[in-house]
Amino acid sequence: MAWVNAIIQGVLTGGLYALFACGLSLMFGVMKVVNLAHGDLAVVAGYLAIGVITVTHIPVLWSFIIVVPVMAVLGYVLQRTLIQGALDRGVLTTLIVTFGLSIVIENGLLQFFTANSRAIGTGLPLVSGSFKVGSQIQIGYLLVIIFAVAVVVLLGLQYFLSASKYGRLIRAVADDKEAAQLAGADYRHVFGIAAAIAFATVALAGIFYGMYSQLSPTTGTDTILLFAFAAVVIGGLGSLWGTLLGGVVLGVAQQIGAQINISNEVLAGYIVFLAVLVLRPQGLTSRRTQS
Amino acid sequence: MSLVAETTARPAETVRVTRSRRNVAWTGAGALIVVVVMALLPYIVYSGTTSIIVQGFIVLTLASMWNLLAGYAGLVSVGQQAFVGLGAYLVLILAIHGTSPFAALPVAAIGCGVAALPMWWLVSRLRSGYFAIATWVLAATIMLIIEKFSSVGGGTGMPLPGLSGFSSVLLTAYTYWAGLAVTTVALAAIYLMLRGRPGLVLTAIRDDEVAARSSGARVGLARLLVFVVAGAGCGTAGAVLAISQLQVNPGAVFSVQWTAEMAFATIIGGLGTIEGPILGTAVYMILQQTLASYNAWYLIILGLVAIAIALWSRRGLWGLIDEHLHLRLFPVGYWLWPGGEKPPQSRLLSRLLSRLRRPRP
Amino acid sequence: MSEPEGRGAAWTEERGTSDEGRRHVKAPRGERETQTPLLEVRDLVVYHGQLRALNDISLRVFPGEVYAIIGANGAGKSTLLRTIAGLNHPVTGTVLFDGEDVTRLRPEHRATRGIVMVPEGRRLFGSLSVQENLQVGATYARSGPWRIDRVYELFDWMRERRNQQTAQLSGGEQQAVAIGRALVANPRVLLLDELSLGLAPVVVQRIYGMLPQILATGLTVLLVEQDVSQALRVASRVHCLLEGSTTLEGEPGDLTPERVEAAYFGLGGTTAGDGSADGGNGGQPVPSAGHRPADAAPSADGGSEQLWPG
Repeated sequence: MAWVNAIIQGVLTGGLYALFACGLSLMFGVMKVVNLAHGDLAVVAGYLAIGVITVTHIPVLWSFIIVVPVMAVLGYVLQRTLIQGALDRGVLTTLIVTFGLSIVIENGLLQFFTANSRAIGTGLPLVSGSFKVGSQIQIGYLLVIIFAVAVVVLLGLQYFLSASKYGRLIRAVADDKEAAQLAGADYRHVFGIAAAIAFATVALAGIFYGMYSQLSPTTGTDTILLFAFAAVVIGGLGSLWGTLLGGVVLGVAQQIGAQINISNEVLAGYIVFLAVLVLRPQGLTSRRTQS
Repeated sequence: MSLVAETTARPAETVRVTRSRRNVAWTGAGALIVVVVMALLPYIVYSGTTSIIVQGFIVLTLASMWNLLAGYAGLVSVGQQAFVGLGAYLVLILAIHGTSPFAALPVAAIGCGVAALPMWWLVSRLRSGYFAIATWVLAATIMLIIEKFSSVGGGTGMPLPGLSGFSSVLLTAYTYWAGLAVTTVALAAIYLMLRGRPGLVLTAIRDDEVAARSSGARVGLARLLVFVVAGAGCGTAGAVLAISQLQVNPGAVFSVQWTAEMAFATIIGGLGTIEGPILGTAVYMILQQTLASYNAWYLIILGLVAIAIALWSRRGLWGLIDEHLHLRLFPVGYWLWPGGEKPPQSRLLSRLLSRLRRPRP
Repeated sequence: MSEPEGRGAAWTEERGTSDEGRRHVKAPRGERETQTPLLEVRDLVVYHGQLRALNDISLRVFPGEVYAIIGANGAGKSTLLRTIAGLNHPVTGTVLFDGEDVTRLRPEHRATRGIVMVPEGRRLFGSLSVQENLQVGATYARSGPWRIDRVYELFDWMRERRNQQTAQLSGGEQQAVAIGRALVANPRVLLLDELSLGLAPVVVQRIYGMLPQILATGLTVLLVEQDVSQALRVASRVHCLLEGSTTLEGEPGDLTPERVEAAYFGLGGTTAGDGSADGGNGGQPVPSAGHRPADAAPSADGGSEQLWPG
């Protein structure tokens, strides 16, 4: 029964990973940017939420409403300035700039908030509790909520991309940005919108992570970035639901690893990641043949 | 006139090709002098200073390797810390079994070079962003695997045995010389490699990979060579790190911070030139020493400066110097002198030489 | 390859490829001289790396015209069109649209001004359906007669298949979608880059057969075409490029096949702009002193002064 519990846990954690991953997938799919600072942005959002709650004493849910839009705006600005500047100069520069950003953010957080971990207290007994299915399976409410939110976000993103004007523009620019220019679209602006969405989703994920687990300055790179990437790669680039699948596979792999030996949890995930990278880099859902 | 016009406008015999714009034959001698002076340092300065310089050696070696990878082979690796850790652990393992850590240095180099081969097999087909992430995951994975072995200290690491017989001053001196030796060999190896055929292939790849491939250049082989050399270099630096720290702690030796430091030092100093990492390391050390009491600040500033330079002054600080002084301490390029002109000799040297030739009255 | 069965007059070959179809849209010569050109290019010099792709090109396109640019591969035709559209940047020279200097304007702003290009190779948005491609084209559209519905009338097979992925369409159908995508932006000048590339002649003729209907809504067309006879059939004026320089300009009716051939290949020395075949040396890398490219005008004196002005 411990195995069943583990697998359910893994599946549900996949939702959280998918939430982290969809922004990364969007930025890479649209702008071809591997944002090495992606995980750290989630941590920033979490710290922002903590800060807002500490200062204003508003309920936790309000912190979402404040922090997520702020991060979206930050995403647009950062994309139009720093990242676009790096993109214009080449792939090397983009990697260097996002890596630099990651280090600066981490050390900035370290400097101002110390290395201590923090958590976002939910204060809601419902959220921190759990329910039982049958006699031996226990599932935490928070994780279910996160999974549900992830599904809703993915549905929303899918609808946005397929049916709205900007969604079409984003897909068009991702296909051929020159042709989009010829149709009158400023691709830099469209990139900005995509980045704003990516930052918003990762902020959402970061705040949830702060509630589910703990945040420290290095959580971004220790935990989040590589897991988010693993979810994208395993699931397959170019597919939103692929990131959910990838997240689930990652989560389950980790839980299986943990069942074998608690210290193997993270390692198991990495091994699956490496295996996919080597054997099937296009991921489980992709029809295309190379990354 | 454009380069094409310059080279085709005159018959071949009247065009002269040299390796550097100024006659810098004397810099080879200069480098030798620098090394000798550096070697004498432990006799002159306090051991506190030599310890700091050892840190500089480590960063310089690492930065030179990262420069080789990113600046010449176009491989942005965010996982070189894997080799730093591997090198440190190789020394630890050998020391546990009775070998002197100093004697273990070449083993660390070779061992890491060999370890680079299966790693290359895993990541070589991946492109830029995926390559970067893959190297990072690989490094994290290697760390997690090593942490499982309690014989080398598990998750907390252990002190490095085999060095207790030395007095403190002597140990510092030996560590210093080891660091100097490693750095000198590393720089020399890079220089020779870039000056020779691999360097030519790498420059060709840098300019136009497709054209390079279709001219027969062995692109994959050149990149593999670079990856192996960089692995060996970073591993040796890790070995020196272990010796200088007198302990090996997985979180410390496998930290991505190493990549941050080597990347930033390279970019600030100048990506794509051998002199760049030297300058960048100097800047890094200065920043680190002045801001040491402010903990994380030096990395923040280093990072911001690196970002700024990557965006606005692509060739880094050395690039700026090179533009104005046309100075190459490590000549690896080619210069064209149409009409058979000779490259200008330094005035000092020509005065010296003419005095030597002319019999004194 | 599923070519839709021709339906309606739009698909017949008779319409639009004849002199009649063409003549009525061209302004009589005298009138033209007093008009201001809709699109003007002056002394354009464009480089491709170290290669001089366009060498002091000037031209004027008047409202309602079909202006064709012809020339061999690598002559600089597409470069010229791309520069007008804003994708390439000239070193010197100006592009004027309706009197306004647009040389420094980004491509998307030129599109909203009314310069819309159908790029070489179609370049549809592969992950979008036919309708979505048109919708993107209409996103920043100017006001005007063209709407998605009207494009469906022009190409009447399109409405039924509007939800298909563009990758499933044939080359000719894709070309139609690409043209439609440009039309819904309501351009004033439509730039067509190598429409015939990769398409069967029958299909090409059908597409060019659409031109009169397009022109009837007040558009002007500037096109690049490798198929010279096709270009001569539809154009009101023709401009020939050779290695980045102009070798011929005029109305098809005034030109003999020999003159066109000479201008196209750079033979004889009797082409318009006499020294242009050896001057500038447009799209060629620098030959060494004393050598000439084999197909250049034999009347060249072999002197090397003019070879590389750079």
